[in-house]
Amino acid sequence: MRFNTAPAPHLAPTASTRRIMQWVLVAMLPGIAAQLWQFGPGVLINLALAIATALLAESAMLRLRAQPSRAGLSDWSAVLTAALLAVSLPPIAPWWIAVFGALFAIVIGKQLYGGLGYNPFNPAMVGYAVLLISFPKAMTAWLPPTDLGAASLGLLEAWNTIAHRAGPEGLGFDALAMATPLDTLKTQLGLGRTMDEIQSAALFGALAGKGWQWVNLGYLAGGLWLLRRGLIAWQIPAGFLAALGGLSLGFFLLEPQTYPTPLFHLFGGATMLGAFFIATDPVTASTTPKGRLIYGALIGSLIFVIRSWGGYPDGVAFAVLLLNLAAPTIDHYTRPRVYGHPG
Amino acid sequence: MLTLHRFHGGLHLDAHKEDSSLAPLATAPVPPRLIFPLQQRGGQNAEAVVQVGDHVRKGQVIARGDGPMNPPIHSSSSGVVSAIEPRPLPHPSGIADLAIVIDTDGEDLALETEAPPHSRELGPDELRRIIFEAGIVGLGGAAFSTAVKTDPGHRAIDTLILNGAECEPYITCDDSLLRNFPREVLEGACILMRVLGVERCLLGIEDDMPEAIRALRETREAGDYSNIDVVTVPALYPSGGEKQLIRILTGREVPTRGIPADAGVICQNVGTAAAVFRAVVRGEPLIERIVTVTGKGVRNPGNWLTRIGTPIADLVRYSGGYSGTAERLILGGPMMGISLPSDALPLVKAANCVLVTGRGETTGPKQALPCIRCGACAEVCPVNLLPQQLYWYSRADNLERAQEYQLPDCIECGCCDYVCPSHIPLVQYFRAAKSELVARQRERSKADHARERFEARQARKEREKQERAEAAQRKKAALAKPDASEIQDAIARAKARKRMPESAPTTDAAPDQSPPAQEPAEN
Ligand code: SF4
Ligand code: SF4
Repeated sequence: MRFNTAPAPHLAPTASTRRIMQWVLVAMLPGIAAQLWQFGPGVLINLALAIATALLAESAMLRLRAQPSRAGLSDWSAVLTAALLAVSLPPIAPWWIAVFGALFAIVIGKQLYGGLGYNPFNPAMVGYAVLLISFPKAMTAWLPPTDLGAASLGLLEAWNTIAHRAGPEGLGFDALAMATPLDTLKTQLGLGRTMDEIQSAALFGALAGKGWQWVNLGYLAGGLWLLRRGLIAWQIPAGFLAALGGLSLGFFLLEPQTYPTPLFHLFGGATMLGAFFIATDPVTASTTPKGRLIYGALIGSLIFVIRSWGGYPDGVAFAVLLLNLAAPTIDHYTRPRVYGHPG
Repeated sequence: MLTLHRFHGGLHLDAHKEDSSLAPLATAPVPPRLIFPLQQRGGQNAEAVVQVGDHVRKGQVIARGDGPMNPPIHSSSSGVVSAIEPRPLPHPSGIADLAIVIDTDGEDLALETEAPPHSRELGPDELRRIIFEAGIVGLGGAAFSTAVKTDPGHRAIDTLILNGAECEPYITCDDSLLRNFPREVLEGACILMRVLGVERCLLGIEDDMPEAIRALRETREAGDYSNIDVVTVPALYPSGGEKQLIRILTGREVPTRGIPADAGVICQNVGTAAAVFRAVVRGEPLIERIVTVTGKGVRNPGNWLTRIGTPIADLVRYSGGYSGTAERLILGGPMMGISLPSDALPLVKAANCVLVTGRGETTGPKQALPCIRCGACAEVCPVNLLPQQLYWYSRADNLERAQEYQLPDCIECGCCDYVCPSHIPLVQYFRAAKSELVARQRERSKADHARERFEARQARKEREKQERAEAAQRKKAALAKPDASEIQDAIARAKARKRMPESAPTTDAAPDQSPPAQEPAEN
């Protein structure tokens, strides 16, 4: 009898890139749900806009680059990039923010470098950073969370705000918007207020900023699930959270009137999203076990530095992008000892 | 209690062992035709010592190699040599090479042999000679000459390791051997210890083979085997890899480019130990072994005591034939086995398993996606390599970098390939890059050799030329100098004569000799 031959190994593979992307998207759901609950349906509209744009951009670029577009689209990586960008956007950002960000992320951040696997920078963060630099006002105007007693927007109201910049019931757009807790903290500290004064404001909850703490808990839950399933390596979030927590604890103990609690850092802003979903983007992160620990720790440290002394309220995007640059070097110096070689 | 050590990475794979291990060991009939490829191990050919038409007996030497690496081949039954001609080898390419074909006569007549001397009276050299003459090679799959492997030369060995950790899924031939012939394995271990002059033997066996463990332990208690430790190791692929098993049992690592003996150990497969016992105590050459036939593609999976030289097709026939879904024919296990184009190929000494996969049991053609640098490959690599970097450099043909990242240390276990979510055929890249590296090295050493020869010749020519030149110069000097000095001498003489005519005869001779002796020193 004749048989077709094939090279070893012969066992059917258990994992696929597409599955991994899908599972990461699923793991985002608790965080997205918390955002939906606290900030209204704007996040869904952002998601829809960004994902649709990303898919169109991806397929157009694949066609331009004469690549098989079906295989490229079916890996779900464009969807994941768009989703990560979308959940980072203010829930009432004008529609073109999501569209422009996703376009930039896919076209410049990913496809111009050669597509999936070849991009040195996290595409979602490239999109985010460009938006933040170009449109700082639109990018820092958030809604007050439901926890603060704000009435949440209906889907239609959210759509009107996003599409036409019109607040509900004639309410002006500016009346609707509000700074994030991290932003508020920074401004207030700049005005010479003490931590006690700032934190007595209604904006602050048990762990961190009201509303935001739920969102962070949501992404933490999803992240732990990713860890349990072995879909991300533990070293990056561990290094990230340990460095951010450790540094903020140190400074908090030294000067509690100028520095917020470590909990505020860990459960505020984009911390958990960053630690489990953004910094862990495999393509742009460090790849050796020791390197990942260092990579995560440096991102966490940089976030603390940017939040405490930098020009932007949150630092996740910039910290990640900067460390993307350093990843190859970190990898080079953290090669594990190979069997049979002296240590 | 022995402490076990861990190696990096590894995979927990579905074992699929029950398929074949549930059936009792059966003895395969003598097939109508036996085939013995003369090329037993990569590139080294044995030469036939029989001719077409010869009648041969079971156990008779039919081919001999050219050195200790190449032990003789014996006929595994009696019959007539019907052909010595090119036949496809058990190789994915189906490449053909000379093979001896024997039409069996069904008598199974054995060669008359003298009773072997009592093995305890034999020294290591004599034991090694017997092992060689019995045609014994490693039965774990590498088929390395056992006589050579049990001769560590100047290296100090303190431990014999018997490898019973059958870590590839599906394969149960060692399990079956240990269950049915535990005493032969332990006796073989004792002989090997005598050959090596070591006091300690560790027999490693995976913890998912309870029957074999029990059989071994019982035999060990009943006999005089106190210096053999039966050690169960966790079932984790590839703990049966020689380097990995050495690390698990001793914590030592085989240095890169070294051999186990450099770590003070010699590792032998349990089947090899049993073969050594049979050769030394019973005078039987290696003519049969246990082969697993399994997979969804065969009707009745099981283990067979099979004659070396039996065509795969016959063995599958004894196992009830192919089931309707047979898709791929693999010699060896699913992780490292080679897939064969045809079942007309014979089983050689190293053949441990015939795996016929059925539908859905193995990979279809995989569409590789770009590497997403997830690092899953590095997590499972038992050698602690960075496969994605190796892939990157192999693909870019940057072999210097690949070598710097220790590509040659890759054992081609397939772990990285199996877990890669982008379905990149990593092992294929590594195999290609490794052979390219070897080829370049060979080229380079050939070039080095040629250059050395060229330089040596140049140097010789140069030397000869110089010697000739010097000789010529000496001669010239010998001729010319006297002339020149004669003139000077004449002048001097003339001058001298003017001043003191009486002393002239004494200044005459000296200048003639000194100048030629000094000239070469200037060069
Ligand atoms: S497992 Fe595959 S995709 Fe992941 S890093 Fe390794 S080669 Fe790349
Ligand atoms: S095939 Fe080579 S690189 Fe891949 S896991 Fe095995 S030893 Fe490591």
